[in-house]
Amino acid sequence: MLAKRIVAALDIKNGRVVKGVNFENIRDAGDPVELAKRYEDEGVDEIVFLDISATNENREILIGLAKKIAGEINIPFTVGGGLSSTDLMTEMIRQGADKVFVNTAAVEDPQIIKKASKKIGASNLVIAIDAKRKEDDWKIYTHGGNKKRGLNAVEWAKKVERLGAGEILLTSMDRDGTKDGFDIPLLKKVSSAVDIPVIASGGAGSAEDFYEVFNETEVSAALAASIFHYKECSISDLKSDLDKRGINVRN
Amino acid sequence: MTTIVDLGLGNISNVKRPIEGKVTNDPYEIEKAEKIIIPGVGNFSEIKDDLSKLKGVISDFIEEDKPFLGICLGMQVLFGYNEEGGDKGLDILEGEVKRLKNNLSPHIGWNTVRFTSEDPLFKGIGDGSFFYFAHSYYVETKMPVEGETRLRSSCETFQIPAVIKSSNIYGTQFHPEKSGSDGLKLLKNFELLEV
Repeated sequence: MLAKRIVAALDIKNGRVVKGVNFENIRDAGDPVELAKRYEDEGVDEIVFLDISATNENREILIGLAKKIAGEINIPFTVGGGLSSTDLMTEMIRQGADKVFVNTAAVEDPQIIKKASKKIGASNLVIAIDAKRKEDDWKIYTHGGNKKRGLNAVEWAKKVERLGAGEILLTSMDRDGTKDGFDIPLLKKVSSAVDIPVIASGGAGSAEDFYEVFNETEVSAALAASIFHYKECSISDLKSDLDKRGINVRN
Repeated sequence: MTTIVDLGLGNISNVKRPIEGKVTNDPYEIEKAEKIIIPGVGNFSEIKDDLSKLKGVISDFIEEDKPFLGICLGMQVLFGYNEEGGDKGLDILEGEVKRLKNNLSPHIGWNTVRFTSEDPLFKGIGDGSFFYFAHSYYVETKMPVEGETRLRSSCETFQIPAVIKSSNIYGTQFHPEKSGSDGLKLLKNFELLEV
């Protein structure tokens, strides 16, 4: 039976892992390859690398990093951040990334989803959606959360599925970094509206939060960053806790 | 030595690292190979042209009964009609490549594999171990399978071949190179198969 996935997220700047609080006070949190190896040993199912520097020179660093990581770890990893063309996505896969994720480029030109899906295969293409609550709805944002768009999250999710996305990485901007738990209403709504897997992101603060998101929504995976980086919650303990409570995880 | 065939789009380094392999797409090198692995990432229609150039040497290699391992797309290319490319694959094995139904596609993540035989490929790997899958197409075949996996939606369970074997030809729908230590064991086991 397909297991629910636990995903570790690493923010990358100039080839290093960084972590900020509310997008500020960004500081060095280590070497991406070392951290990725640690997470693999602890039993993480997948790793997501998000490049937050997003400039052209840094694309080269990121491509080099993908190559290095592919040579060191034996679990799937996804790379994204500023991938603006299908050529860049293809190059990232060629260098060893298993999947790429795209937000801004897909919103600006939805046809890129179709092209990329054909080129690299739907199962290697993840569309990232950053969503923020507005009254009874969720609006999507691009450019690292800086630009508000007119689209609502559920409609956009359905559209990216139609165009050939293989997965959706859904981040609640309201919960991101808060450790108040995943945004259950948002995740429930989007995961039941599409057939493709949804990765829940934003708000993970405890094992209870993971249990809640798997128990109450149809998401396939749940992602966290800081609680893993700072060893507040080890991945192996988290997985055995979920296993005991009847959630199917890979142990 | 194992020769890893590079079909253009793929994460060759993952496959190359655990075994002593050589990466190439040169037909002469492939001809001389003792064992072949074809990893596969991407879309059938994108690799179709590269594949057709190698069709002759790959078919000859398989006819000589030397060990062959196709991974994901690298397994799917061995079959006949392929729905993804709207064309035939190498047509060495009997079966078709079909799209998974919408509510089951894509099949992404770690799924358990039930082994239906005690093949040397599975040595040291427990039945029901987790392997990493990432695909939207699957093989439909009447040939016996060595490993199977189940996909579930809210209203049905659908079984697909996870490992196929025909004399010395192996194919895995999952990615052993991405499946942690059990995946590495499987690649090692392939490397240790007697020629």
